[in-house]
Amino acid sequence: MSVPAGYYLILAAALFSIGAVGVLIRRSVIVMFMCVELMLNSVNLTLVTFARINASLDGQVLAFFVIVVAAAEVTVGLALIVNLFRLRASTDADQVGALRA
Amino acid sequence: MTPVLAQATEGGAAELWTFIIVGAVALGSAFGLILMRNAVHAALMLVLNFLAIAVLYAVLQAQFLAVIQLIVYAGAIVVLFLFVLMLLGVSREDSLTARVPGQKTMASVLGVLLFVSLAAATAGPFLGDASVCGSEEALTGTGDGVPCLGLAAVNAAEGNLRGLGFLLFTDYVWAFEVTAVLLVIAAIGAIVLGRRQEDPSELVEPGSTVLPARRGSGSAATEPGAGPTDADEGAATETSEATPSEGEERT
Amino acid sequence: MSALAQQLPAGVEIPEIPWAAISPELTLFGAGILVLLLDTAGERRRSASAIALVALLGIAALAAIPGEAAPVVVALLIGAGVVQLALTLWLHTRPRLLGAVLTVLAFAATIGIAAWQYQAAANGGPVATESLLADMVAVDGVALFTRFVVAGAGIITVLLGFAYLQDRRIHRGEYYPLLLLTATGMTLLASAADLLMVFLGIEILSLALYVMSGIARRDMASQESAFKYLLLGAFSSAFLLYGIALVYGATGTTHIATAGAELADPATPAGLVFAGIALMLVGFAFKVALVPFHMWTPDVYQGAPTPVTAFMAAATKVAAFAAFLRVFTGGMEQLAWIWVPAVSVLAAVTMIVGAVLAVVQDDLKRMLGYSAVAHAGYAAIGLVAVSDIGTGATLFYLLAYAVMSLGSFGILTILERRQRKAIAIADLRGLGQRAPALAAMFALFLLSLAGIPGTVGFIAKFGIVRAAVDAGLVWLAVVLVVSSVIAAYFYIRVIVAMFMDEEPAHLADLPVPPASAASTGVSVAAVAVIALGVLPPAVIDLAERAATFAG
Repeated sequence: MSVPAGYYLILAAALFSIGAVGVLIRRSVIVMFMCVELMLNSVNLTLVTFARINASLDGQVLAFFVIVVAAAEVTVGLALIVNLFRLRASTDADQVGALRA
Repeated sequence: MTPVLAQATEGGAAELWTFIIVGAVALGSAFGLILMRNAVHAALMLVLNFLAIAVLYAVLQAQFLAVIQLIVYAGAIVVLFLFVLMLLGVSREDSLTARVPGQKTMASVLGVLLFVSLAAATAGPFLGDASVCGSEEALTGTGDGVPCLGLAAVNAAEGNLRGLGFLLFTDYVWAFEVTAVLLVIAAIGAIVLGRRQEDPSELVEPGSTVLPARRGSGSAATEPGAGPTDADEGAATETSEATPSEGEERT
Repeated sequence: MSALAQQLPAGVEIPEIPWAAISPELTLFGAGILVLLLDTAGERRRSASAIALVALLGIAALAAIPGEAAPVVVALLIGAGVVQLALTLWLHTRPRLLGAVLTVLAFAATIGIAAWQYQAAANGGPVATESLLADMVAVDGVALFTRFVVAGAGIITVLLGFAYLQDRRIHRGEYYPLLLLTATGMTLLASAADLLMVFLGIEILSLALYVMSGIARRDMASQESAFKYLLLGAFSSAFLLYGIALVYGATGTTHIATAGAELADPATPAGLVFAGIALMLVGFAFKVALVPFHMWTPDVYQGAPTPVTAFMAAATKVAAFAAFLRVFTGGMEQLAWIWVPAVSVLAAVTMIVGAVLAVVQDDLKRMLGYSAVAHAGYAAIGLVAVSDIGTGATLFYLLAYAVMSLGSFGILTILERRQRKAIAIADLRGLGQRAPALAAMFALFLLSLAGIPGTVGFIAKFGIVRAAVDAGLVWLAVVLVVSSVIAAYFYIRVIVAMFMDEEPAHLADLPVPPASAASTGVSVAAVAVIALGVLPPAVIDLAERAATFAG
């Protein structure tokens, strides 16, 4: 009645694969970007599990850096998305109505 | 931390039940993320997933990361996503149509293959008795599987937060300082890409020879030769002073 | 400091900061911040510059008072402060020119520091050949070589970009800080002794490049390519990171040399070793654009502003390959039997696919993008040779490719200014008569890319072939030759269009752009192509001596 560390690794692998599939099948750029975030999170789960296995905090420090990188990436990525949609709205009249909703 | 989680970090039945429930939530929300048609629903699924992972961090003796996960991921990153979704109003987009016929099947097959190989490669050695973290088998080296030592001793010596702090400012001090570069770039990027109004005359160097702007590029309206007036420069300074918060807001 | 040290628990040590080793990064980052500050200060630019002078004087005083820093360092810091103040006073009404000049100076300073480090390392001086700063930084041959190439590419990029960015109305003040910060990321990546630093370096350089590719905010193509780059870049980073996580799990460390030795230990779970290597390989293959992980390259090269493309092609490739070399050839030499076959196949497929797809392109930027893919395949051969000769050959190849790509993309910036549009092969007809010097230089770069004797491209390819044969990989050498023959077709096609075809009427009216900074940059690249092609032994020797990895 206890949990071997491998279970956490399996869960992380599952989340990573789901995220990767999501990037491939979704068309919405924002959702694709969310899927990448899911992948980074599953890597963090792996790192934290390995930190526990190895009895060292290094894995947690690595996960901490990954969070910083993900935050920076999201900032730039969403800025690009906003600009992209703004541009599309101003160049493509058909889309303006949809975007106003 | 609730008493249940406190028990869970010590292993045993509490950890198993926490893992089953929270793991199911994490998996379900991940599937929800990639299957929900509505982008806002997908973002909510992402929050749920991040919350579940935060609980798992707490169980895995990473208390500080659990809190950071809540504040940064669930609190800031997903809110940013939702903010952009609301701003652009793209939530009704029907986004599940495949770009190439058969792409979904292909992607799913690839995903299953990826999962099977990753799970077999990573989890394989860690499924035996000794891989139960902090268990007697793990500490004494009996039992099968690669032993999971557990962080109880490490966290007890300095505490999770102090231990991480020491690491950050000793072994990882260079990496920590280097993230400054990353954050500066993120701030500049948000400003460059997100700035709504821009004076075209600022994009041309006063006093240099330039070909006239292309027709239809929208910047031909102003005369490049005029040079920066006080008003222009004032506006430039204003944007620069409000740098970090404004950049964040506009993303 | 000492009071703090007493409070630390046993076993926690504050690492010594090797200021000399990290000075190039500090220079580039500091210059980036300074240029950003001067740009945003607007009318108060001169006051900002004075404040920067005070700050630099303060740093100089802090360095001088303990008596640890050499007097020359203090003098350089004071000199930098005075120079930037003088330049600001002189150019305060022309912020972009000021930014460009300061950027060039910063890159020149980086070259100077790298030269001094190389000298010091050669004399057994203060720059050690083992990893420093708590095993995070390796200032070894590969790192120094990359610093030279990146900083040199940076200078030429500034020259190429100035007028082009003005014309397209995308000359934003943030361009130069971003260029310096990307270069910071590249030097960090090249001197990363730890997988965490590899990850951070890649992220820093990529993040700045995403913004630079998207700096043409009103251009849909630029925006779309920037976003595609970001999405695929983040996607591949996730794979790289998963690989790093598995290596950490298997070995308990992320230090490249230690982890490599641990991975080779038979007691390490084999599944983790295989999966970790495979995932890191996928991540690196994305970054250096090996087929089938290359699909972002042509789009991004085409969509980004041309000077940015030039810098991406020249400098990013060097930095990414430097890390690739350090992690695989340097760190996992004993595990070569696992990854060499995989990388060899990737390299072979890359060479053929890149060359074939380049043949069918009409847009020149896109064609050069596919040619960049093929060239990544050539450079990867030196990697799989797993020897000092191979590493040296790859490094020299990257230097050669940097020069050739800067030159050819530089020509495209000049032509795009003239014709105000993306350049297709048909737009080049008759350029030989209209602008003979320009056309001749373009022909030179293309011939060098094709690998014709007398140019640096030939010498570089020869070095790769030698390394491949030396390592018993004759089949890869054969594939390289086949790929080069296919590739020669489209390079020759462009040259024929320039010199054999008649100039169409709509092009005849367009004025040939006058000599500018961009033509200076292109000329420098042209001279380098010939010089490195004619007297290569010294540089090849340098590249081979640079094939050292810090432990």
